[in-house]
Amino acid sequence: MTLHRFNSRPSRRTVLAGIAASAFAAIAAPAFALTDAQAKSLVDGLVGEINKVIGSGASEAQMIAQFERIFARYADVNVIARSTLGADARSFSNAQLASFTDAFSGYISRKYGKRFREFIGGRIEVNEAKQVKTWTEVSATAYLRGEAPFEVKFFVSDRSGSNRFFDMVIEGVSMRLTERTEIGAMLDANGGDIAKLTAQLKRAG
Amino acid sequence: MHRILAIPALLLLTACAAPQDEVTRGGVYDPYESGNRQTHEFNKSVDRIFLRPVGTTYSKVMPDGLELAVNNAAENLRLPGYVVNSLLQFHIADAARNTFRFVVNSTLGVGGVGDAAQDLFGVDPKETDFGETLHVWGFGEGAYVELPLLGPSTTRDAWGRAVDFFTDPLGFALSPPESYVSTVGWGLTQLSNRGRYASSYDDLLYDSADSYAQARILYLQNRRYELGYSVDGGAGGGADPYDDPYGDPYTETAAGAAPAPAATADPYYEDPYDAPSL
Repeated sequence: MTLHRFNSRPSRRTVLAGIAASAFAAIAAPAFALTDAQAKSLVDGLVGEINKVIGSGASEAQMIAQFERIFARYADVNVIARSTLGADARSFSNAQLASFTDAFSGYISRKYGKRFREFIGGRIEVNEAKQVKTWTEVSATAYLRGEAPFEVKFFVSDRSGSNRFFDMVIEGVSMRLTERTEIGAMLDANGGDIAKLTAQLKRAG
Repeated sequence: MHRILAIPALLLLTACAAPQDEVTRGGVYDPYESGNRQTHEFNKSVDRIFLRPVGTTYSKVMPDGLELAVNNAAENLRLPGYVVNSLLQFHIADAARNTFRFVVNSTLGVGGVGDAAQDLFGVDPKETDFGETLHVWGFGEGAYVELPLLGPSTTRDAWGRAVDFFTDPLGFALSPPESYVSTVGWGLTQLSNRGRYASSYDDLLYDSADSYAQARILYLQNRRYELGYSVDGGAGGGADPYDDPYGDPYTETAAGAAPAPAATADPYYEDPYDAPSL
């Protein structure tokens, strides 16, 4: 009897520990699941598509359309869009956020897609990946005609459920933080009205 | 002689101006915002009336090769200043690199019009300035300021520019009018840049919702990157008050915001996935 009790204790503890461990694993897994190699392969794919577009000699309108497809496929548009709203995002409904995100995606594609023309004849080379805080940074070098090579970083995370980049940082300038300033200014100019902001974004870029 | 006397006086002023590292929203400390905005409007009007039309025309009429040669020559004249600052920062390798570039480009590169150091030896420049020297010496960034005609800066970088202007080694070596060549070259480079990157400048100044705030965030991010505290994490470790983007970490007075020269951590950058409302 005593023996049984003694036997049962470790086993119960083991079970509890097992539950705790698996619960911990379930929480911790997303933070560690994304390997450097996976992050790098995502950026390899992304950069491959970008290089294809800037080597294609397509028109500006075509480039914008291609950029929007690439952005939708490789970027976590949701988290980028919502984080540009900052704390204000909490006060909006899901429907409002969804239509804002949609307009944001078009705005970003027009704004950055039209700049692709300046990249024609250039290329981007992926260098290495490393873990930083809760995400993975993949560094790359952009070689543009008539320019000194410069550094581009892609911040990759799987916390959305799939491997996506949530920021692009060119020589220290974060697209997400820069757009947060811009979207914040637009929201202020629209008196904090997200419907008006969304309508403006549909025309902007 | 007056230039030499100016140095200790400026250093003294710089020391007095040493600001506390107080950072508010978005890693931006901008206590002079209303004045800065007025300067920004002034700078925009100068751009509209002068810099934009003249810069785009200059870049259009100048053959690309000649434009590049002028920019190269102007850059070459700045190298002695880079060398002095690299030495003041104890960055001996950078000083050697810039010295090598100055010697090679002034000779093989025919007065700096060709970048022989880069083309033949693969030695690219390491730009620096007295603002960076002040950073290396431990001076804080200070407040954001927009300078008339010169644009975005910080208290530290504004003093840096003033010191660089009055202590340019070339200014000591040459006498007027030759000593003005460097300034003229710098001006032509500004025109060239305004012309070559016309659409970027136009987007920023005339198409953004708040061009003042855009210029400010772009400048601060890029300048911090140049000085070595990039948008990056890693080095810091420990508790990170910035992990929750919707908790608005920027309202906190950032104790960790004082730039540590060696660290690459950017305390202002947080993981957007940490938002509880997503």
